[in-house]
Amino acid sequence: MIKKYGIYSGSLLVVLLFSGLLIGCKSGSNKATKEEATVDIPKENTAVYEDIKQAERIFNALPSPLESAMLIKSAGARFDDKLLNPIGNTNTYVTNKSMALNLGIYTCDLSFASLYEQTQLIIDYMNAAKKMADGLGILKAIEQSTIDRLEENINNSEVIMEIVSETFMNSSSYLQDNGQPAIASMVLVGGWFEGLYISTQLVDMKDFNGNKLVGRIIDQKLSIGILLNLLESSKGNPAVDEIIVQVNRLKAVFDKISITTSRIRPEYDKSSNTTVLKSEVKTDMTPEVFKELSTVVADIRNTFVK
Amino acid sequence: MRIIKIIPILALFLIATNVNVDAQCKAFAKKICLPELGGYIHDGNYHAAILVEGEEAELYKTFYSDMEYRVAICGEEKLPGVEFTVLDANKNVLYSNKSANFARTWDFKLQSSQQLKVIVKVTSLSKSGDTPASGCVAIMFGFKTKK
Repeated sequence: MIKKYGIYSGSLLVVLLFSGLLIGCKSGSNKATKEEATVDIPKENTAVYEDIKQAERIFNALPSPLESAMLIKSAGARFDDKLLNPIGNTNTYVTNKSMALNLGIYTCDLSFASLYEQTQLIIDYMNAAKKMADGLGILKAIEQSTIDRLEENINNSEVIMEIVSETFMNSSSYLQDNGQPAIASMVLVGGWFEGLYISTQLVDMKDFNGNKLVGRIIDQKLSIGILLNLLESSKGNPAVDEIIVQVNRLKAVFDKISITTSRIRPEYDKSSNTTVLKSEVKTDMTPEVFKELSTVVADIRNTFVK
Repeated sequence: MRIIKIIPILALFLIATNVNVDAQCKAFAKKICLPELGGYIHDGNYHAAILVEGEEAELYKTFYSDMEYRVAICGEEKLPGVEFTVLDANKNVLYSNKSANFARTWDFKLQSSQQLKVIVKVTSLSKSGDTPASGCVAIMFGFKTKK
């Protein structure tokens, strides 16, 4: 459909030009290129897509720190506080890049501590995350009242997870709404790397084959493209460009792992009102590739926390 | 010259308006869409945008076999229906809310972890020449570990 709008005066033209300029600057990183989307749709589904043209906005959604921590716990991993980024490091983070990455890292550590009910660590890591958010100028992401609420509910894991989720959303929405997509991306990247770092460090090589945590680590290959697309949308930002180089190093290792999936068959389960997406997957990661992956992840993570 | 003088004023006005619109979008996401996740834990990620009738947004995300998920996709009241479709990596359609009376939520779990694509489209009811409606559309994910 072609939209036509009349323009009646020079002033209005200026307004429209500025609106376009501002909106373009603000959401450019997420705006799709003006190419026609080529989507091959099976014949039975063509009706659903008959009028697909292009997407106005593209979201590359990495697992949040809370989801990453939940994946580690659900794989049956143990808690090890030595793997967390020490809170004493907070004073060393003075650049926007280091504060953004470590906001993600501390939020992942906070989530990890929350899921394992490490009460004192929960408070400590919420304070560390607050320090990073404050340093980045994120207003009202984590207020003193949030810390107080956390302390009051320290034995209520449901409320704690709600608070962690809410504070993370406050930070990411603030950054996005205030035209700081590069910082928002780096926060997500920090959280994702921390989850991957903790996972790789917790794998017991004596129990490599059939290890559920190894399976979750292999799954992260599915997110590497999303991660790169997220960063590419802020390409040109020197801090982001440095991270892209590091992620490409990691991608080279993930490329050695194969994941083959059968066609997904959606099956609706009436009793639970849930659709089960059935498929079989074959993966292949040797212990050697895993060791290489662990080393690369630890190297990159160490550059983030140093 | 007069136009040049008003440019900075207009720029400031538009920046303020834009930030305000985004803040409204966040409030909408929190107040209206978040409760749609019900008993699922919100992952904490924020995906929301102002869309105009007929416009689309796409989202790419990996979903894991250990989890049960709920996706909630909500559009402001002033918008006509919001349609969403979930596709796999080979662009096969796995779900469309069009066949579920434009339901706001979809619950699903996976036998194996997959990267999926969610396409969100604001349907269009405006006739040619009408000003199309615009409003906030929020996409939120909740999860819980499999029972």
